[in-house]
Amino acid sequence: MKKEMIAMLLAGGQGSRLGVLTADVAKPAVAFGGKYRIIDFPLSNCINSGIDTVGVLTQYQPLRLNTHIGIGIPWDLDRNNGGVTVLPPYERSNNSEWYSGTANAIYQNIRYMEQYNPDYVLILSGDHIYKMDYEVMLDFHKENNADVTIATMPVPMEEASRFGIVIADEEKKIMEFEEKPEHPRSNLASMGIYIFSWPVLRDALIAMKDQNGCDFGKHIIPYCFENKKRLFAYEFNGYWKDVGTLGSYWEANMELIDLIPEFNLYEEYWKIYTKSDSIEPQYIASEAHVERSIIGEGAEVYGDVENSVIGPNVHIGKGTVIRDSIVMQDTMIGDHVTIDKSIVAEKCEIKDGAVLGTGEEAPNKLNASIYSFGLVTVGEASVIPEGVKIGKNTAISGVTEKADYPDGNLASGEVIIKAGDRK
Amino acid sequence: MKAVGIILAGGNSNRMKELSRKRAIAAMPVGGSFRCIDFALSNMSNSHVQTVAVLTQYNARSLNEHLSSSKWWDFGRKQGGLFLFTPTVTAENSDWYRGTADAMYQNIDFLKKRHEPYVIITNGDCVYKMDYNKILDYHIEKKADITIACKDMPVGSDVSRFGVIRMNEDSRIIDFEEKPLMAQSNTISTGVYVIRRRQLIEILEKAAEENRFDFVNDVLIRYKNIKRIYAYKTNEYWSNIASVDSYYQTNMDFLNPEVRSYFRAEPKIHSKVDDLPPAKYNTGSDVSNSLIASGCIINSKVENSILFKKVFIGKNCVIKNSIILNDAYIGDNTHVENCIVESRGTLKANTYYCGENGIKIVSEENERYML
Repeated sequence: MKKEMIAMLLAGGQGSRLGVLTADVAKPAVAFGGKYRIIDFPLSNCINSGIDTVGVLTQYQPLRLNTHIGIGIPWDLDRNNGGVTVLPPYERSNNSEWYSGTANAIYQNIRYMEQYNPDYVLILSGDHIYKMDYEVMLDFHKENNADVTIATMPVPMEEASRFGIVIADEEKKIMEFEEKPEHPRSNLASMGIYIFSWPVLRDALIAMKDQNGCDFGKHIIPYCFENKKRLFAYEFNGYWKDVGTLGSYWEANMELIDLIPEFNLYEEYWKIYTKSDSIEPQYIASEAHVERSIIGEGAEVYGDVENSVIGPNVHIGKGTVIRDSIVMQDTMIGDHVTIDKSIVAEKCEIKDGAVLGTGEEAPNKLNASIYSFGLVTVGEASVIPEGVKIGKNTAISGVTEKADYPDGNLASGEVIIKAGDRK
Repeated sequence: MKAVGIILAGGNSNRMKELSRKRAIAAMPVGGSFRCIDFALSNMSNSHVQTVAVLTQYNARSLNEHLSSSKWWDFGRKQGGLFLFTPTVTAENSDWYRGTADAMYQNIDFLKKRHEPYVIITNGDCVYKMDYNKILDYHIEKKADITIACKDMPVGSDVSRFGVIRMNEDSRIIDFEEKPLMAQSNTISTGVYVIRRRQLIEILEKAAEENRFDFVNDVLIRYKNIKRIYAYKTNEYWSNIASVDSYYQTNMDFLNPEVRSYFRAEPKIHSKVDDLPPAKYNTGSDVSNSLIASGCIINSKVENSILFKKVFIGKNCVIKNSIILNDAYIGDNTHVENCIVESRGTLKANTYYCGENGIKIVSEENERYML
């Protein structure tokens, strides 16, 4: 069955910069925006762009991702021909290996792609929040008779050194490509979204097959350059957010709360689909107060919620105050709890009177580059006992008890990780 | 499961007033995110009834849209599935369904072709949860011809809009009166029946021969002394939507945490998934004791109310003791009290609606300006 363009969605990464949030789930399966998971955005973009064949490459902690994707019903990707296929690494008769890099993962699934005999292959990553019509990008690719089209977007010059930077001429033909340059000469950043003409991709993957940790940015794109392929930069000017760090993840969630958010989930013509387990309405009690927040299905709110994103089936007790925070689905929050600027993952239990996000900021002792931004991060299925006080830049994971908190406190910058000890 | 299911969803009542213009009662939105028929359908699916026929007639478009895919109730199976029967003209017949028995008779081929020994019949306009396996076991144990699920209403309550039954110590029904002027008991029929498939075919064919069309009057009441008809008592939540008042009350029941957790407990009630974003509360929103469905955007005060999916409430509004149906848009500075606002309605800014004596139905079709 021939398909003009198929998509390959890289969803195998851990996303270690999300700290305890990705201890048990791959980054693409992390909850986002009250009811979604990060992978819903590229998957919805595919179906909305008319791409009905998507291979999802999984590796790190795939259970949640597999359950979420299933046979693709929520995205209308349950098809007789094509549809969604989850592609984990597999064993072969002569050698077996994990996916060692983004391009290596695609190379190992070359037969999956071949069976659709595509003209073009779209490479996506499962960790960005954006709405994009890939068909427009494909038109651009065809118009330029390109071999490779890289989606790019302008970023502030001072941040450019964090990205893969392309230098293009006036026709948008790429002259040079630099991966995380120290002194960037352009501010057009690669978004990690590529359209390849299939023969070009196939050749490159086969030529580079012995490259250890073969990566698109580091190996495949430079290879295409060296072989004088036509590379073009497609400029995207909509909302796009890499939610790779706790700070950017928190910020992207908070941006949804704005009166008319730049990234608007309420638009009719570009719906974001997800698998939702619950369909009931949410209940806001008489004693509750909710402002500047978004709340998912089936939540029961008896306390105050301000400037926060609350997931489905969350219970918020009486006298509790939640500000500037993200609470993911199925979490139970007791009475008289105070939560400031925190990220609380799924299925947690925060007991009565606990205080999260108090005191002065201090750098995190375990990993200051991950746990910063003044956030409290609580990993999945954690328990926080009654009445404890937790400072800023902290992380908690596992079933914690009062004894874990000296004098009932966790000072700013401290971490409690009780591995293997979850509800 | 040893039974096929039949859901009677053709009904309409003029006591639903303007609300019935758009849809059959079975398609009425209930409890913030359901349609009335979801309860019967979910009961069927949760009881593992694999084959279910839905008989529709009155204004079925909205209902058909809701039932567009059987996968939400897990009926998209190779064995059995969901069947929709709307009246059709055939060589032998050019009538509409003239009653519930006639509706089933006109689709008697469906009953003849199945192999399951029993049939479970229910109404599409009741809000309840029931494990049909239990009533079927009871039916078999009692060696009954027909079993009717019954419920005791509170003493002194008005049961004149129901079928009222009396039974002996063995639970055999000795008296059955439909909508009695003077009720002899406070036990009512919930409209859930179990009957052997062959028996049902026989009874329906006989009724058709005699030009009798109503299942309650022409079968249950006529046969009450001839057939072994038994009552199966249930004391759980059950509500029937037949009038504006009962519709309003049934919805408001969902503000009660006990009712809510009863329906949220496993097995759950399923419904069509609408892919809406979470509800959004902007500055100025002040919501209390209310149910809010997904896709709503709220900018002001909502009190003791139920907002169905995708409702927009403008600035400085007061929404009180009201039910706002799907996709309604309420402009700024509007007061809505004791009202049911019809779905997709658009209320202009600076308007006032208040049900003075009872519930007012607001059906406004104004132009809508969106951002």
